[in-house]
Amino acid sequence: MDLGLAGQFVLNGLMLGVIYAMVAVGFTLFFGVLDVIKFSHGDVVMAGAFVALATFIGLQVLGVESLLFIVIAVSVAALAAMAVLGALIARLLVLPLRNSPPLNTLLVTLMLGLALREAVRLFYPNGSNPKPFPALLPTEAFTFGSFTLRADSLILLLAGIAAIVLVHVLINRTRMGLAIRAVAQDPETARVMGVNFERVVMVTFALGSALAALAGVTNGLYYNEVNFGMGLLLGVIGFSAAVVGGLGNIYGAILGGFLFAGLQTLGAVWFSVPAYKDVFAFAAVILLMAWKPTGLIAEKSAERV
Amino acid sequence: MGERAKTGLSIAAAVIAGGAFAILFLELEAQWAVAVLAAATVAGLAAFRFSGANARIDRAAARHPRAAFALALATVAVVAAVLHEAHFALLMLATVALYTTTCFGLTLQFGHAGIVNFAGAAFFGIGCYATAILTTHTAIPHLLVIPLAGLVAALIGSILILPILRTRGHYAALITIAFGILFKTFLEVNDALGGPQGLKVPALDLFGWSFNDPIRIGEEFEGSFYLNYVILSVALAALAWVIVNRVEKSWLGLSFDAVRLDETAASVFGIDIARWKILAFSLGNLLAGMAGAVYAMMTGFIAPTSFTFGDSLILVSIVILGGLGNLLGVIPAALLLLVLPEKLQMIQEYRFLLYAVLVIAILLFRPHGLLPRRLRAYFPAKDAA
Repeated sequence: MDLGLAGQFVLNGLMLGVIYAMVAVGFTLFFGVLDVIKFSHGDVVMAGAFVALATFIGLQVLGVESLLFIVIAVSVAALAAMAVLGALIARLLVLPLRNSPPLNTLLVTLMLGLALREAVRLFYPNGSNPKPFPALLPTEAFTFGSFTLRADSLILLLAGIAAIVLVHVLINRTRMGLAIRAVAQDPETARVMGVNFERVVMVTFALGSALAALAGVTNGLYYNEVNFGMGLLLGVIGFSAAVVGGLGNIYGAILGGFLFAGLQTLGAVWFSVPAYKDVFAFAAVILLMAWKPTGLIAEKSAERV
Repeated sequence: MGERAKTGLSIAAAVIAGGAFAILFLELEAQWAVAVLAAATVAGLAAFRFSGANARIDRAAARHPRAAFALALATVAVVAAVLHEAHFALLMLATVALYTTTCFGLTLQFGHAGIVNFAGAAFFGIGCYATAILTTHTAIPHLLVIPLAGLVAALIGSILILPILRTRGHYAALITIAFGILFKTFLEVNDALGGPQGLKVPALDLFGWSFNDPIRIGEEFEGSFYLNYVILSVALAALAWVIVNRVEKSWLGLSFDAVRLDETAASVFGIDIARWKILAFSLGNLLAGMAGAVYAMMTGFIAPTSFTFGDSLILVSIVILGGLGNLLGVIPAALLLLVLPEKLQMIQEYRFLLYAVLVIAILLFRPHGLLPRRLRAYFPAKDAA
């Protein structure tokens, strides 16, 4: 394989990695604060992409011309809508089930994912078909031999990395982040210290869901297509990435996201049938779990006996 | 009225009500009738609960488990006989029985031993594909193929044993989720197994008698060929019930419970955690594979789209909705989750949305499922008295 093609694979892998990492960071945040898995996360990604699409169509009807304005408005709408949705999910579904078995939370959010998927399919005009997603970013390409770098890919890559860094700073450098970390470490003690537990949980869910919305918009802009069913696999991959990296650890989620993308890319390169890439990636995940049962960056936990 | 007569009466009442409900539920076509039935069911269940009939039936069934089991089987037989010409209703009945079998296996896995399995549909699917291959490429008698398919499912499942033994909780959940998706994707890209188009499976052949020939008794009675499969699947479900029920009541079940509730404490008491987990996982997959084998022969055609992650989720929903660990709860939950979407034709388009909302509501308001599992009765004779 020549260098240009290899570069193309690497770029594609990085792009996928950023998307997966954004989804995985959400999973890891939720698990951190509440020890729950919110399985509707993938469908929140999808819903975010559809909100963005609807906003774009609305702006077109209004006759807005400026592409920059459209990009910003579309992203803000998607992020805000999903942040609200995330907070609502926390308030109405996840918090009430705190004291029931953890499997129930998983099942409730799975069913919510199904409901979101069905709602988009039914209520979005002609929602059962894949929708073209507009190319809103400049598409100039730089070519080096057989390697093509498009400006929009570069922007998306940088934006994704910036978003993850921003979340990281938010968690590690702000007062709210301190509260989130406190709740993650010990909810009881955090409460005693005057942290508003429910608010922290809702903010965390809003944050994670906004990141998911960004992943959805990125996905739409990169592939120029969205469909109602795209969330399920994205959610499972994001979950795998978060678990392989080590739940509750933001670096683990990022590592896991890029690792999964790397595995898929390797699978696509090695096998003559590219569809084997998912078989390969998931088989590798199972092996990794057998080797490192609590993820690559293991959760620090002591068992109370 | 004597105590004995009362007991008998309450079992009989429960069985008749259940049977009548099943017939109506499967047979009704008119949408208003389905709606009325749904309302009547809710009212009936409430009345049952508040009149104390519920508790009486429970006690009676606990005291006479064999009689209750026989009566339940007889009810299914009556339901099947009444519906003997309704192809679709019988297909639904057989499907419910097979899913119930699979869910008994899953109950054993994560209701009892605490191993979460999100790849139920994959093991069901392994049973289907093993059947397709064994029936087309070998001359093994078909009745023997069914347990063999179960064994194949258990064997393939043993690949996952090492990662499952090493992981816990959400990490363990990922193993089976990854396996379920891997399995479906593998089937889709593998041409030897038919790829996305799937495979054909010949009908069950029992000593020269094809199951696709309808049962005829005299001139009047001619059943749908699905009737044969209903009998077979209900027999399989009954077998699974007996196995899992016996296991639960034995020392094995006690060990499973100990492993699920606290692995550390269990190992301190000398319980070999790995051994019980392996046993529960393999036995559960065996049941799923056997159910898959009968399903493949019944539908005559299998494709990867029947064994998706979504199908595994339906199985998990059935187990949790029924009341995690409670075998009896699986049956109404399976009936509800499998037949209801088919019956809600009036809202055809919206049925999955409603179904999701329904499950969410049940989980919010009845977090332990429809029929929560009871505490183990350590001295059944004393507790029943």
